[in-house]
Amino acid sequence: MTGDNVAQAAATPDRPQPYKELGLTTDEYARIKATLGRRPTDAELALYSVMWSEHCSYKSSKVHLRQFGTKAPKTHALLAGIGSNAGVVDIGHGYAVTFKVESHNHPSYVEPHQGAATGVGGIVRDILAMGARPVAVMDALRFGPADAHDTARVLPGVVGGISFYGNCLGLPNIGGELDFDACYAGNPLVNALCVGVMRHDDLQVAAANGPGNKVILFGSRTGPDGIGGASVLASASFSDGREGAKRPSVQVGDPFMEKLLVECCLEAFAAGLVTGIQDLGAAGVACATTELAAAGSGGMRVWLDEVPLRDPSLGPPEILMSESQERMAAVVEPRHVEEFLAICAKWDIQAAIIGEVTDTGRLTMTWRGETVVDIPPASAADEGPVYERPIERPDSQDMLIADLPDDLPKPESGAEFRQTLLALLASPGLAAKNWVTDQYDRYVRGDTVLAMPEDGGLLRIDESSGLGIALATDGNGRYCKLDPYRGTQLVLAEAFRNVAVTGARPLAVTNCLNFGSPEDPAVMWQFAEAVRGLADGCAVLKIPVTGGNVSFYNQTGTTAIHPTPVIGVLGVHDDVRHRLGIGFPGNGASVVLLGRTEPEFGGSAWAGVLHGHLGGEPPEPDLDAELRLAAVLADACAKGLLESAHDLSEGGLAIALAESCLRGGTGCRVELPGDPFTWLFSESAARAVVTVRADRQAEFAELCAAHTVPHAAIGSTGGDSLVVEGCFEATLAELAGAHEPTLPALFGGPGGRPPGQHGS
Amino acid sequence: MRVGVITFPGSLDDLDAARAVTLAGAEAVSLWHGDQDLRGVDAVILPGGFSYGDYLRCGAIARFAPVMGELVPAANKGLPVLGICNGFQILCEAGLLPGVLIRNAGRRFICRDVTLRVETANTSWTSGYRTGQELLIPLKSGEGWYTAPPDVLAALEAQNRIVVRYANGTPNGSTAGIAGVCNEAGNVVGMMPHPEHATDSLTGPSADGLGFFTSVLTAGATA
Repeated sequence: MTGDNVAQAAATPDRPQPYKELGLTTDEYARIKATLGRRPTDAELALYSVMWSEHCSYKSSKVHLRQFGTKAPKTHALLAGIGSNAGVVDIGHGYAVTFKVESHNHPSYVEPHQGAATGVGGIVRDILAMGARPVAVMDALRFGPADAHDTARVLPGVVGGISFYGNCLGLPNIGGELDFDACYAGNPLVNALCVGVMRHDDLQVAAANGPGNKVILFGSRTGPDGIGGASVLASASFSDGREGAKRPSVQVGDPFMEKLLVECCLEAFAAGLVTGIQDLGAAGVACATTELAAAGSGGMRVWLDEVPLRDPSLGPPEILMSESQERMAAVVEPRHVEEFLAICAKWDIQAAIIGEVTDTGRLTMTWRGETVVDIPPASAADEGPVYERPIERPDSQDMLIADLPDDLPKPESGAEFRQTLLALLASPGLAAKNWVTDQYDRYVRGDTVLAMPEDGGLLRIDESSGLGIALATDGNGRYCKLDPYRGTQLVLAEAFRNVAVTGARPLAVTNCLNFGSPEDPAVMWQFAEAVRGLADGCAVLKIPVTGGNVSFYNQTGTTAIHPTPVIGVLGVHDDVRHRLGIGFPGNGASVVLLGRTEPEFGGSAWAGVLHGHLGGEPPEPDLDAELRLAAVLADACAKGLLESAHDLSEGGLAIALAESCLRGGTGCRVELPGDPFTWLFSESAARAVVTVRADRQAEFAELCAAHTVPHAAIGSTGGDSLVVEGCFEATLAELAGAHEPTLPALFGGPGGRPPGQHGS
Repeated sequence: MRVGVITFPGSLDDLDAARAVTLAGAEAVSLWHGDQDLRGVDAVILPGGFSYGDYLRCGAIARFAPVMGELVPAANKGLPVLGICNGFQILCEAGLLPGVLIRNAGRRFICRDVTLRVETANTSWTSGYRTGQELLIPLKSGEGWYTAPPDVLAALEAQNRIVVRYANGTPNGSTAGIAGVCNEAGNVVGMMPHPEHATDSLTGPSADGLGFFTSVLTAGATA
């Protein structure tokens, strides 16, 4: 028995269809019928249901995200912006860079290893589809409490999946984040970033232009991966006994295929054979064909029988919705088809001509001689529903803000200060990340200049000039819970600062907005505030948002995660040979604190780690101060005045000093100008700690004065202890003893030196 | 001097190896796994990566590549060959080197800078080092535990064919701390750590690895 088709749909207008099971509302279903002038076929229903899903259509977020365009600062740096697969930034010398971060939260909870692995694969194909060579990845990870039973399942699986996929694909992992909070226990956040590099001329478009041009699907075969929704349809409309067929809801990744796909695409691009290109991610063939058609000449004819299948029992709805990994779709002129297929063959990649571009304004698909899809493509791709969801600031917000951290017991004696620092250093969110980062290849491709545990990742782009790019991602659910507007600006400011401390100039922003259900007005308020904060912040910092990703429905029951926008900032470094790392140099460099320190402890690591407290206002963002700080850092770096620079964030100056000591393998002696508790543990924004070359201190002080950046020489490097005069001291060994064992103790062994193995 | 770098499907560090060759002052020549042709090169490097995804035993498929049909007899006649990481695994699978690389003892991928001790300078790829010299070089592998039957290990020791060892304890379980070995003639060397990632202190932990690539220039001249 064959499935549904257009003729049948016209003939049986009242046949009940499982639109609700596919996630469509009654209104949305009615809208599809109005668009088509009949009921949709099963294949069309499948297509609309995925294209109009929150994930693909941004229907709840769109009205807010527009601010990234309307408030965008003027810039000449953008070659392509929002709406493309990823934004493209001009970094000079004829080079352009594209970067994007995307969530794979839900799959990573269900099946941590494959969920995280395919998250990397998906974002890499996004970057590839712009015409760029992917050159690095980063990942921002958030889990439930570090000692929770389920975290021991999820975290090693996620890290192993990223390691498996990224390492085998040959992309250096140059940084990211790792944090823990009870709010993520049922909703880990797995956000993967990829960055790619191209020459200006290499930019590709995701559009099917030129009637008669061929649409070629290449890469892995299409199988029954990630089509939980379509199986609802299959069982509702097929009566061949396949109702019970179990389909995996999580896709399986093949990084080897992805590596071949990358090389194959880049070779085809370089040969000038490709008119349009689109990666296949969420909603697979459905999304790729509708988006290509909608963005191009407006029509496309697709022969679904030509799609290479891993499982021959798949019908049109399943073929359309399958999320099988490692696939791309190219639009190729007929005269180039042979050469294109030869390049695919060289890389052992299967390719099939599955359709052609038309000028009919319709996307039609046939299967076994019958037309199963006949729609205007824009109706699915661009003209989906848009919602103005109700927004309401929750009453509980006032109580949260009123719960000030002021009365929490503070350290008083030197011993208590010392103990506070060691407790923070040992806390899972601030502990050494080597257990994770040692599983990632940071060296491959040979251009990694800085990687974790540095503040930002830094890549060399051009060997002769030293041109490079810096990248950082940051998030802070605690700040954003207290105030999503300010919290998001603090996060943006931190990523901006993390790029600036390498000596790079921040240029552009991407984001991954992780929130609870948009149907909850309180969540929608958090979302609206966060987006407003980010758009306003970017306008002040003069860096545009080039793209992003929204992940809603991160909640367990009715309890949402903390609002957690993860912000990525990209900067350009004029000469990576002058980069600044966080490690203190040997004896005698002057330690200078830049920025203004106020008693700001709301949402701080001190309040959270030492007291399990979350309340009050987060620190005050000062974006003008961030701009001035970044300017000083860039100038000082170019003039060679500094030996190291480290941003201050969670845990304040105390953590920054300890990290710089440990990274550099040298101690320091500092004298604080005021109340040691505030100076050591406040999380005031727009601050960094730098070391200044012994003979350039006056010049640096003048530079800070010229930029009106507050600067305080607080001590010098040397010795093998962190000494805070009149307060406490701790040896490097003691700092390392607190910092390093935490994650290995929680997640197993020091990574490959189990007891009883041979020594040399 | 011309040094070939073979690209297999899934090779990842081929560019890095070629860059190291260039830095050492030789000409890097790209070789393709599917060609039965060594293009007249004076030495060959099998780079790191995951040939064929390493979904089977590492290197087990790559050893059957057409280019290997040319490489094996040439190596047996004295052509200097260096296998790095996946390249080492391929050389073991191809029978040019004894032993095998198995899953790390910790069962996790390890990317870490390790200190190696040069155990013999009497190979085509280590002649520029001193025996006993220590090198800081990145290790990055999931299947880096070198092992071999006891008689083979004994022979390697006796014939001075352990080229480099981990100086501060084995990071991956590797038997007797072995990080690299060579054939009897000393022209074929395999090692798990990546000297091509330690040729410039800007992008690596040191420049200690450059010596492997400069050593072969003199070895190649006399080969």
